[in-house]
Amino acid sequence: MSRSVEPPAGIAHADVVICPGGPMLLRGDHLVDDGQGNLVRTQRPVSAVCRCGKTETAPWCDGTHKVLPPKLRP
Amino acid sequence: MGAGGAGYGATMQLPPPRGTLSHRVRDALAGSSTRPLASRPSPVADDHHDAALALWMLYELHYRGFDGVDDRMEWDATLLGLRRHLEDDLEQDLRTRFAKSGTSAESVEEIFRICDEHEGAALSPYLHRHATREQFLELLRARSVYHLKESDPVSWAIPRLGTAAKAALVELQYDEYGGGDPNRLHAHLFARGMAACGLDPTYGAYVAQAPTEVLEQNNVMSLFGLHRRLRGAALGHLAAFEVTSSLPSRRIAQGLDRLDLADAMQHYYREHVEADAVHEQLAVRTICGALVAESPELLDDVVLGAFACLDQEERIARHFLDRWEAAA
Repeated sequence: MSRSVEPPAGIAHADVVICPGGPMLLRGDHLVDDGQGNLVRTQRPVSAVCRCGKTETAPWCDGTHKVLPPKLRP
Repeated sequence: MGAGGAGYGATMQLPPPRGTLSHRVRDALAGSSTRPLASRPSPVADDHHDAALALWMLYELHYRGFDGVDDRMEWDATLLGLRRHLEDDLEQDLRTRFAKSGTSAESVEEIFRICDEHEGAALSPYLHRHATREQFLELLRARSVYHLKESDPVSWAIPRLGTAAKAALVELQYDEYGGGDPNRLHAHLFARGMAACGLDPTYGAYVAQAPTEVLEQNNVMSLFGLHRRLRGAALGHLAAFEVTSSLPSRRIAQGLDRLDLADAMQHYYREHVEADAVHEQLAVRTICGALVAESPELLDDVVLGAFACLDQEERIARHFLDRWEAAA
């Protein structure tokens, strides 16, 4: 007699992830408007979009949020 | 340089020994016989460097091996026994320093805090503003011991993880390995940067010059990667490595630019500004987060790994800054 086995549950997996105090992660291929009139295509499996506005590599995060005072972090 | 030709894709020569134990290990590997290790009393290391170099040679059998050394030596029982002995000493040292530091965390997100609060010597401010061309090249030679196998040690952890942590680690590693494009593979970017700086990009070319601290840093990564019981430490190490990479990489790229050093090496570091701003989030929240959700008992090992990364890097920084400031 075969034993009934529960199938493995699905695992929550977001395409867009807001990192508290940090960037927004985008999974997959996207065309991002950088706010300066440029459309930039993502180049990696996951990309980090700047949310603090201080990055030197816009629209991508360069880690600058970490040197901002906590109240200025996104 | 084509794949499979001479250069960094080739196997490497055994390094010159630096003491009794590394001499015996080198002889055993060169002769494909463990007879040089069978003498009584058992050979012991003369000092930290001798031990680190012996262990580094034993670990490299699991990566690419050495030119002229029988590949079956990778699983030789005598060599594995010696490796175990050297690893026990290394791990004990590491755990002693970890306990003294008092580092702890209630959640993986605290890795950001631990990295932020970690004090001590740091290389990137010096490289940014003051390092000479020769000091930069000296550091790049030392860094090549790891960067030419960048990301490889933590790949050993992949089959040892549950579903969510495994998928998360591979997502990050896929980017480290160029997303399927060999020209974007980070180790290859570093090799191209080395060649553009006039350095030899052959795998292992500068091991003989590597300071003890650099060999130990490499050994710690292999220790964590090769032991399933230390998979939490392997992922914690990865997380701290990524968290402390993005901002320093920008300073290093600017330092290279200040000295008009090769664009290809600047590209390697600029790539890490952007990549590691992604990877630090993935490594902490997604990879370590999934691991600890699956296995909460591994949080302490994750923190141990993060501490080990910061501790080893600080020791390397102190080594070079002491040398360079003494010469100034």
